[in-house]
Amino acid sequence: MSAHKVTGTQKQSSRMMTGAEMFVRCLIEEGVEVVFGYPGGATIGIYDALVDLSHIKHVLVRHEQGATHAAEGYAKATGKPGVVLVTSGPGATNTVTGIADAFMDSIPIVVFTGQVALPLIGNDAFQEADIVGITRPITKHNYLVRDVNELAKTIKEAFYIATTGRPGPVLVDLPKDVMAQKGVFDYPDSVELRSYKPVTDGHLKQIKKAADLINAAKRPVLYVGGGVIQSNAAAELTKLAETLQCPVTTTLHGLGAYPENAPLALGMLGMHGTWYSNVAVQYCDVLIAVGARFDDRVTGKVDAFAAEAKKIHIDIDPSAISKNVPVDVPIVGDVKAVLKKLLESVHPLDTKDWLATIEQWKREHPLRYRSGDAIRAQYVIQKLGEITGGNAVVVTDVGQHQMWTAQFFNWIHPRSHITSGGLGTMGFSLPAAMGASFGRKDVPVVSISGDGGFQMNSQEMMTIVEHKLPIKIFVINNGFLGMVRQWQELFWRRRYSHVGLQNPDFVKLAEAYGCPGYRVQHASEVEDIIRTAFERKDGPVLVEFVVAQEDNVYPMIPAGQTVNEIIDFPEAVAKPSNGVPEEALMTVIKGQPLQTLVEQKL
Amino acid sequence: MTHTQQTVQGGEASAHPHLKRHTISVLVENKFGAFVRVAGMFSAKGYNIDSLSVGPTEEEDISRMTIVTRGDDQIIEQITKQLNKLIDTIKVVDLTFESFVERELVLVKVQSTQSSRSEIMQIAEIFRAKVVDISAKSLTLEATGSQQKVDAIIKMLKPFGIKELARTGRVALKREFHGEV
Repeated sequence: MSAHKVTGTQKQSSRMMTGAEMFVRCLIEEGVEVVFGYPGGATIGIYDALVDLSHIKHVLVRHEQGATHAAEGYAKATGKPGVVLVTSGPGATNTVTGIADAFMDSIPIVVFTGQVALPLIGNDAFQEADIVGITRPITKHNYLVRDVNELAKTIKEAFYIATTGRPGPVLVDLPKDVMAQKGVFDYPDSVELRSYKPVTDGHLKQIKKAADLINAAKRPVLYVGGGVIQSNAAAELTKLAETLQCPVTTTLHGLGAYPENAPLALGMLGMHGTWYSNVAVQYCDVLIAVGARFDDRVTGKVDAFAAEAKKIHIDIDPSAISKNVPVDVPIVGDVKAVLKKLLESVHPLDTKDWLATIEQWKREHPLRYRSGDAIRAQYVIQKLGEITGGNAVVVTDVGQHQMWTAQFFNWIHPRSHITSGGLGTMGFSLPAAMGASFGRKDVPVVSISGDGGFQMNSQEMMTIVEHKLPIKIFVINNGFLGMVRQWQELFWRRRYSHVGLQNPDFVKLAEAYGCPGYRVQHASEVEDIIRTAFERKDGPVLVEFVVAQEDNVYPMIPAGQTVNEIIDFPEAVAKPSNGVPEEALMTVIKGQPLQTLVEQKL
Repeated sequence: MTHTQQTVQGGEASAHPHLKRHTISVLVENKFGAFVRVAGMFSAKGYNIDSLSVGPTEEEDISRMTIVTRGDDQIIEQITKQLNKLIDTIKVVDLTFESFVERELVLVKVQSTQSSRSEIMQIAEIFRAKVVDISAKSLTLEATGSQQKVDAIIKMLKPFGIKELARTGRVALKREFHGEV
């Protein structure tokens, strides 16, 4: 085949073997440490090959969705591709949500699916599903291997495509008969695809144009996304921010790219971002978007987003540029490479007045929550941030707790925050934390879910217990599908429709899996229980925090609206008749001492 | 099966007069599923397809797809980028910015009677169409040309009664001759 020039030297290891053996050898060649999988009829040959070639750790998940999320968590925590191996039909279709999730969040995973034998394809054979067809729009690329002699080259390409350019999921479908065929194993050293050549170095002319805009800026803002973390460019970004004295706001996936205890940090922007980050973006004169994609949860109404600002957009994916918001200076390239070049041609700016204005906004509109005897989720997260000092991998699910974690945890390090952002997949946290825990032994791994999301993949408790993974599993239980409830409260006249949850006894459930479980119901217990959880090193621990039932995530920019419609913090502190406030109002400015404001006018 | 001629015909441009028509030529790897990736991208992203044709090129492992689509500048830019993003795509050229030749083939089966047959054949002659099948009650004509020419012959034949019609969709190549045509 002349289309793809795959260069390879004949290795000593070249010899005749089955497709199944070849498959395992390919994984070894790729340096794969762990595979998340579930066997079945179509992959039984591959699983047989795993018996003799035990260099690779195989983790038997309890549901294939858990395998894909675990691979995502592993990839995000380590920067290495996550690997999944499942059988045909239902095994393959169960990976779909995880694949779509990885596609939306640009996570490099390679999913291997068993397939019925080639002559049976299309015959509605037992456990047959057209998984290549099903996943075509949600993979970066996918393959059906039709010949054992194409197998090694295909797997090499799959890992290459998944991990280069804008990363993403690649699926390889492996028919049973192909895996039983014999061929000569020869793993290519490199890949050369004439139809796929990601641009990494930014265009110098564009970088010069960007530098000119930046050097003339009076009110610049850096808007930083997950691309900075993916390209390991946190150091370059920090240098740029500090050179320019430019405030930095991060997207949900950008959290950790810039330390939030630094004075220039604005925290997260967007629908539930800080008031001051959104307002700063609105009033900036130059917006420098780095590895971010102008998602609708960030921009709100697109025409009004930073309408007055000149916009620079650095992204590895040309199609991300001017997709949602037109930009003045696009730079296609790897964030790290581009930032390095950009640093050569920018000079320190005088942003004193701009930073002073922002400091005032921070004081006037800090993140706030109410605090009393009832536990507030925000308080749990804040304490978690204090106790860990930001030295943890925190994996969240989707909903209110996810936004509170983004707001109140102390994000310091890249790859410390893992969540399902683009797809918003409930049930993500527990299996993703499991994957992260296999990849990261250097820091504690925390899984935070709501009571709803936890139940969507709670079966992975068993896998976690089996492998004695020391994950701190926090279930924030408010008895509601809280984010939907919040929307029903604010925008649907409080007509609650199917958002109340009847829950199992989470402590007993944990115990049934062989995991210690705790329940706390008072704010005074929170700190102690977090410390207790972090003392356990030889296995997981589950803590259920019973929190205030109807609390809302603020600030909030309603969907599709502008920063002018931002709801900052509408609730006043309740004052019982004796004049003593029942609850205190906690205000949180990242990197500054916690303040408790009582009776302060909002 | 990627070399099978496949065509998708969309609505008329007049429905969206503000959207500019673009003819985009795409070279893709002649691989299983490459066509579906392109067509699927258009439907997933909600882009218009007026016409789409695919066939082999001078190189056996490359197929050429000719896509006629409509959109404002921003949409066309995204279409081009999304096409380039597909792993099997080798080259994308928006011919609209170049001088290019564009042709389409149509087969029309027209109702005919003894009295109308000669009139139909006169129309065919004007359009340099060929008669490729004949029966007591029908004539099948083959015509080639620009979309406007194909539209015109169909319009002229309509009053006789069109029994069946098949269009290939447009194929296009960049013009090398830059003088006056």
